[in-house]
Amino acid sequence: MAKSNEPIWWSLFSAGGVVAALLVPVNIFLTGIAWPLGILPGDFLQYSRMQALMSHPLVRLYCFVLISLPLFHWAHRFRFTLVDLGLKSAHALIATVCYGTAIIATIAAGIILWR
Amino acid sequence: MKSYVRPMPTTWWLRRGSYVFFMLREFTSVFIAAYLVLFLVMIHRLYQGQAAYESFLESLKSPLAIIFHIVALAFALFHTCTWFNLTPKALVIRLGEERLPPAAIIIPNYLAWIVISVIIGWFVLKG
Repeated sequence: MAKSNEPIWWSLFSAGGVVAALLVPVNIFLTGIAWPLGILPGDFLQYSRMQALMSHPLVRLYCFVLISLPLFHWAHRFRFTLVDLGLKSAHALIATVCYGTAIIATIAAGIILWR
Repeated sequence: MKSYVRPMPTTWWLRRGSYVFFMLREFTSVFIAAYLVLFLVMIHRLYQGQAAYESFLESLKSPLAIIFHIVALAFALFHTCTWFNLTPKALVIRLGEERLPPAAIIIPNYLAWIVISVIIGWFVLKG
C-alpha cells in the first residue's frame, strides 16, 4: 500500500471534533452571547481580568488547543464537502488550501499566544 | 479509456431530508472555525493593549455580531449532539459476549460536556 498522510489528517479531524464538541459551545455562549447581552453577572471580559487570565500558561495552552484542533477538523470536513458539491477535479488544490489554512492559523495562534 | 461519470448537480443534497441533515452537519465546522478565528482576533487585540481590546469588545455588542454568535452556537450544539451520537459507532466496547449498549457510551459524553462547560463558565466568571 502506498504511504499516505490520511491517518494524520484523520487523527487531527477526530481530536478536533472532540474539542469542538466539548469546549466550543460554552466559549461561544460566554464571549458572543452572555457578555454582550449581560446575561451573566459581572463584566467578566474586562481588560485587566482577561489580561490576568491570559498570563496563566495553562490558559494559553487551552486557547491554543481550542483554536487549532477544531480548525483541522474544519479543514478535513470542508475538503470532502467541496468535493461532494462537485469540485472533484480540484481535489488536490482543495486539500492543500484547507489543510494549509489550518496550519497557518495554528502558527498564527502560536505566535499571538507566546510571542 | 475514460469511464463515464454521471453528472451530478451541485444541489443534489436538497433532494432528501437526510441529505440536507448531512450537509448541515458538515457545515457546522464552518461556523465553528469562523468563531475560533474571531476568538483569535480577540486575543490578538488583548495583547495589543486596552484601547484595541475595548474597541473589539464594543463590536461584539453590535446586533450583527450577536446574531452571528447565536447562529454559531446553534451549529456548535448541532455538532456536539451529532458527534456524541456517533461515538458508539466508532467506539465499540465489549463486556464478554455482550456489546456495551450505545446509551452507556453516549450519556457519559453528555455528562462530561455539562461538567466541563460549568467548570469553564465558573473559571471565566470567578477565576
